[in-house]
Amino acid sequence: MNPPAIFTVLDRREEIPHTVTLRIQPAQGGTVTPFAPGQFNMLYGFGSGEVPISFSGATAEQGYYSHTLRAVGKSTEALARLQPGDQLGVRGPFGRGWPMDQLAGRHVLIIAGGLGLAPLQPLIEAIVAKPADYLGAQLFYGGRRPEELLYLARMAAWRDALNVELTVDMASRDWSGHVGVVTGPLASAKFPASNTVAVVCGPEIMMRFAVRTLQQRGLDDASIYLSMERNMHCALGHCGRCQWGPNFVCKDGPVFRYSDIAPWFHVREL
Amino acid sequence: MRTSILAAADLDELIQSLKAAGYQVIGPVRDDAAVVYDDINSATDLPRGWVDEQEKGHYRLLPAGDDRYFGYTVAANAWKRFLNPPRKRLWRVVRQDGKLQFIPESDSAPPLAFIGVRSCELHAIHIQDRVLIDGAHCDEGYRQRRRHLFTVAVNCTRAAATCFCTSMHTGPRVELQSDLVLTELLDEHGHRFLLETGTDAGHRITASLPLMPATDDDTALAESRINIAREQMLAGPRQFDSSGIHNLLFSNMESPAWDAVAERCLSCANCTLACPTCFCFAVEDTTDLTGDHAERWQRWDSCFNGAFSHVHGGSVRNSTRARYRQWMTHKLAGWVDQFGQSGCVGCGRCISWCPAGIDITEQLQAIAEGDAS
Ligand SMILES: Cc1cc2nc3c(=O)[nH]c(=O)nc-3n(C[C@H](O)[C@H](O)[C@H](O)COP(=O)(O)OP(=O)(O)OC[C@H]3O[C@@H](n4cnc5c(N)ncnc54)[C@H](O)[C@@H]3O)c2cc1C
Ligand code: SF4
Ligand code: SF4
Repeated sequence: MNPPAIFTVLDRREEIPHTVTLRIQPAQGGTVTPFAPGQFNMLYGFGSGEVPISFSGATAEQGYYSHTLRAVGKSTEALARLQPGDQLGVRGPFGRGWPMDQLAGRHVLIIAGGLGLAPLQPLIEAIVAKPADYLGAQLFYGGRRPEELLYLARMAAWRDALNVELTVDMASRDWSGHVGVVTGPLASAKFPASNTVAVVCGPEIMMRFAVRTLQQRGLDDASIYLSMERNMHCALGHCGRCQWGPNFVCKDGPVFRYSDIAPWFHVREL
Repeated sequence: MRTSILAAADLDELIQSLKAAGYQVIGPVRDDAAVVYDDINSATDLPRGWVDEQEKGHYRLLPAGDDRYFGYTVAANAWKRFLNPPRKRLWRVVRQDGKLQFIPESDSAPPLAFIGVRSCELHAIHIQDRVLIDGAHCDEGYRQRRRHLFTVAVNCTRAAATCFCTSMHTGPRVELQSDLVLTELLDEHGHRFLLETGTDAGHRITASLPLMPATDDDTALAESRINIAREQMLAGPRQFDSSGIHNLLFSNMESPAWDAVAERCLSCANCTLACPTCFCFAVEDTTDLTGDHAERWQRWDSCFNGAFSHVHGGSVRNSTRARYRQWMTHKLAGWVDQFGQSGCVGCGRCISWCPAGIDITEQLQAIAEGDAS
């Protein structure tokens, strides 16, 4: 395993509690390796470990990367503490991302739970940049509370290109969106099932319900894509930790077509 | 390929020739209670006159009653530790005024020569090559050690009870390329080795050895000795048809046999450490007391450890059932999808070194018996 490239924090934005977006650029300046929506980097905070974090910015961004990360443990806490000017290690891009070539000309259902919106933002920005390339697009985004929803400010700009449905488990009094599970509004949404692709990212349990709802709504398994999460220590297909049935999540995923992984998706503790 | 005879009394000359050529020579030695692979200096380090008795959860060395050097079968430890060390530093990093400087590790070990590699073990090395060299990313340190590796393989003339290379089609005769291949012969014509030289490096190393031409009788005797090992396995309880394993396992992910084995398995990870193909690892990042120097280390890990599948909130594979299932289905089924061949070479180590006496071949049978399809 080679040492990471050194990047410098350009700026840091608190999104929601314990969750920040870092924009990072190569310490030496210059260009960054292009990434595809759904891919990820391994981010290294000095001495505190290295963890997989998805690209969350638009692919059109030049010279820097954006990453949204939630502080949940040792490594992500160290990364979330970084301030502008601080340095970090970056290895990547890794993995197979969303099937952008499959989306063109079709209706796109984007279904996200919690932090699962972060890996979908590059895809959303691609649609927002060229809405005419798609038949239509809808975003179904669910979180626990209104104050835990990501990118609310940015969403205003998305609404021209896509229909946005927000759902929370626990609503406050001034909440105007849905209450319940994200699959609720999906069950009654209108879309041309035979010409629709769904992209799903969130906790596994949420993705299970989403797949079931999509199937009930007439989507075939080959039109559903989801992003899996497993422990990773290398992202090179060597450490073995992200194995999932016959797959390595780091190189065969993290985005999988549901029809390819349906038998594995429902096996517990796999 | 050139075939000749090396007198047993001259085996040490082979070792000295390797050392003279700059190799670090590694071979079987007798530890307190087992044969293990370790550095050797001369033929006197070899476990001459000892054979191993292996069974479920059982390993014992016994006097062979003859002078054979390679009467034992496979050593307790696998060769993988020399090609892919259990612990290695990947890099160091210094932080000064908030700026990071990474210092890559330089890998300047001498070339390795392995003496006594069995057919199943050559297969295991090739299997690890598929993982660590042939993918999109290559482990450079491994590739360097592998590229300069010299192998002196040994054909098995005896099988331990735990051996099942005939089931996995990985032995007992050495078929994969090896610089040299020895078959140990001991009869009224004396103690000697049939020596097959397979590579230019092999020719260079043997050029100075006092070799004699091999007769047809020598070659026939070698084949008959290898056949003894083959017949022992074919007649044993661990002979089975391995062709349908991939589908059998992947269509029985909820077999009750997983529950039964989980009752016995201790999740101790011995099987994964002993296995010559298991490759999984962890990386660890550490800092020193000043807080300005950090290091990254890579160390072997096991799918039987809880942290192995940790994601925020806990382990994905919490139960021993899930961990044993992961180990076995990956080894025998997932591996086929990932690397085009089984991850098991039938060496039997996981059987002998399991403190609970769990036998992967019996487990396979239990799943086949419960097969719903
Ligand atoms: C492909 C992929 C993309 C991801 N993208 C993002 C993202 O954009 N934003 C974000 O906030 N998080 C993301 N995660 C999750 C993130 O990697 C984990 O939250 C992080 O590894 C937790 O590490 P920790 O040391 O802070 O926590 P701890 O709980 O202390 O973790 C200890 C170790 O466990 C492992 N680990 C723990 N949780 C996870 C997890 N969920 N996934 C994988 N390994 C884990 C890591 O090896 C970590 O070093 C992604 C995970 C994957 C696999
Ligand atoms: S699974 Fe067991 S028998 Fe097969 S190669 Fe590994 S240790 Fe040897
Ligand atoms: S199968 Fe045996 S050796 Fe492997 S983890 Fe279980 S108890 Fe340990």
